[in-house]
Amino acid sequence: MVFGKSPLTRLSRIEKPLAWSQLSHQRVRLLVALSGISFANILIFMQLGFRAAMFSGTTNVPASLDGDVFLVNEKSQFLGNETFDKPQLYRAAAVPGVATARPFYYNTASWVNPDNRKTTNVTVIAMNPAQPVMSIPAINTQLAQVEQTDRMLFDTKSLPSLGAIATEFAAGQDLPIEVQGRKMRVNGTYALGSNIFKRGHVVISDVNYLRLFGAAQATQLHAGVLKLDPGADAQAVIAELERTLPETITALSHDELIALEESYWAKEPAGIIFDFGTIMGFVVGVVIVYQVLYSDVNDHLSEYATLKAIGYSDGQLLLVVFQEAAILAVLGFMPGLLSALGLYSLLSNLTGVAVLMRLGVGLQVFSMTLVMGVLSAAIAVRKLRSADPADVF
Amino acid sequence: MEPVVNSQNLHHAFGKGSLSKPVLLDINLAIYPGEIVILTGPSGSGKTTLLSLMGGLRSVQQGSLKILGQELLGASKKQLVELRSQIGYIFQAHNLLDCLTAQENVRMALRLQKSLSYDDRTAQATAMLEAVGLGHRVNYRPDNLSGGQKQRVAIARALVTQPQLILADEPTAALDSQSGREVVELMQRLARDRGCTILLVTHDNRILDIAHRIIHMEDGRLMRTENPAVAVI
Ligand SMILES: Nc1ncnc2c1ncn2[C@@H]1O[C@H](COP(=O)(O)OP(=O)(O)O)[C@@H](O)[C@H]1O
Ligand SMILES: [Mg+2]
Repeated sequence: MVFGKSPLTRLSRIEKPLAWSQLSHQRVRLLVALSGISFANILIFMQLGFRAAMFSGTTNVPASLDGDVFLVNEKSQFLGNETFDKPQLYRAAAVPGVATARPFYYNTASWVNPDNRKTTNVTVIAMNPAQPVMSIPAINTQLAQVEQTDRMLFDTKSLPSLGAIATEFAAGQDLPIEVQGRKMRVNGTYALGSNIFKRGHVVISDVNYLRLFGAAQATQLHAGVLKLDPGADAQAVIAELERTLPETITALSHDELIALEESYWAKEPAGIIFDFGTIMGFVVGVVIVYQVLYSDVNDHLSEYATLKAIGYSDGQLLLVVFQEAAILAVLGFMPGLLSALGLYSLLSNLTGVAVLMRLGVGLQVFSMTLVMGVLSAAIAVRKLRSADPADVF
Repeated sequence: MEPVVNSQNLHHAFGKGSLSKPVLLDINLAIYPGEIVILTGPSGSGKTTLLSLMGGLRSVQQGSLKILGQELLGASKKQLVELRSQIGYIFQAHNLLDCLTAQENVRMALRLQKSLSYDDRTAQATAMLEAVGLGHRVNYRPDNLSGGQKQRVAIARALVTQPQLILADEPTAALDSQSGREVVELMQRLARDRGCTILLVTHDNRILDIAHRIIHMEDGRLMRTENPAVAVI
């Protein structure tokens, strides 16, 4: 009887790469190499994780705004940075193609933690309850509560340093909380999410905003949220808005608004520190892989010289070292990824800031690991050239 | 008949300028297909240097050296690499790869022959190891083989590609006299069966009888050619 060769037997009929034989022969060295790479990976993952957490948190609010075009002060570098006069919003509403133009306030208020009486601060989102501007259903369905005097909706994902507000509210406790010197009460909750720079958000009405910050501040908008007529050309409307409104106001698409926020926080010293940490992790990885490959090549120099003497070209042997690097990178990445996943969830629990493993970050670290291997191999193979076949005799 | 090895007025020196030290002087030597030639001479007389030139491991500096029809004076790196794969080397030290089994070490030489299938390589490597009496050690690593066994694996690696020329530099130096004798007889038998040419460097008087011709070297010169019957006193 004759059976066709199964794909598995066929696979076993491919020559085992010499790189793998060399690596697996020295178990301890392999283990050291893999732990080194995993360590470097964890370092990089943590830095990128912090970074991603920070940025995703910072764009939460701009991303949850429900509009097509946004008006902000031309000097504004991030949401809430600068304001413009409210009457300009009415002028914008008159521009052809603009269906609605709604006010948005985004300010910081002092906050006394009712549990320990410590003063901290909270970020206030304010809007006209008749003109919702956010795409968070839990907010939009509770705007009637917000209309009441000195009432607010509280973000359940706020940091614990604001107090156990959400739990107390769920338990039916109705404690007054001191916000910007006024006693306010929570009469609803929603989930938005905090970040490293914002402890938490409360949603209030424009009237309560006026009570907190005064009449002068209530005429100063942090953003105008515009919806366009169906079929209107956004770019054309933006151009028309720029023409109609004073130069101090700029009109942005939703993507541009989010990009503005991202680019501002990317320039934060913290962001630069994370970049620096990432580079450090990368360098640590290169040094470790280089050490391993170098001592591997060095220990086997006479073997490589022998291979040259029996007809292997320099190129074929260089390939062996690069294969070793690639194998180390792939094998070292896996435990690195797993450990990072564990540390991410630990961090999320500790800080309340969602640190998620994003596919993009995973791919980025994986490619960095490969580059790390190739770079180290490129330095280590210089040693290989010194393997002189004439020394074999 | 075209000689397998043909050197004319071959000179070689190490070092440059005033430090230059001549090691080979006016070497003229022709070795014909099927010959077993033994090269003897005191240490430092230039035997290894001559072998490494013949094997394409060093560049020829002066004179003519033709191996298997290829002129090595001015040969490119690529031509040298190509030539090396056509020659069987046996080194003084076995130079096996520690991480590979006996069979995998032997296959390393066969891997360069892209036309062979995986199964052909297995068959040839195993057959060669059986021929050197190591059929029962195919999957052993060098660490678990004796000195003689390692040298026999090295011989299997050199012969498995069926080279027309074998260059061996003191292949028995690391072996006791009995395994040394066995190794040499093995080479002799395989050479006879396959009709290949052997140039063997040795200090070992007890193996001189396998040679068709014995060449003596002193201070970089070939001194005399002897008949083995005369040499073995
Ligand atoms: N790579 C080298 N560089 C400089 N001198 C060398 C080198 N290899 C060998 N020599 C010198 O060349 C001479 C011949 O060496 P070698 O060919 O190894 O002799 P043998 O194999 O007969 O003992 C010796 O004097 C040795 O010191
Ligand atoms: Mg020598």
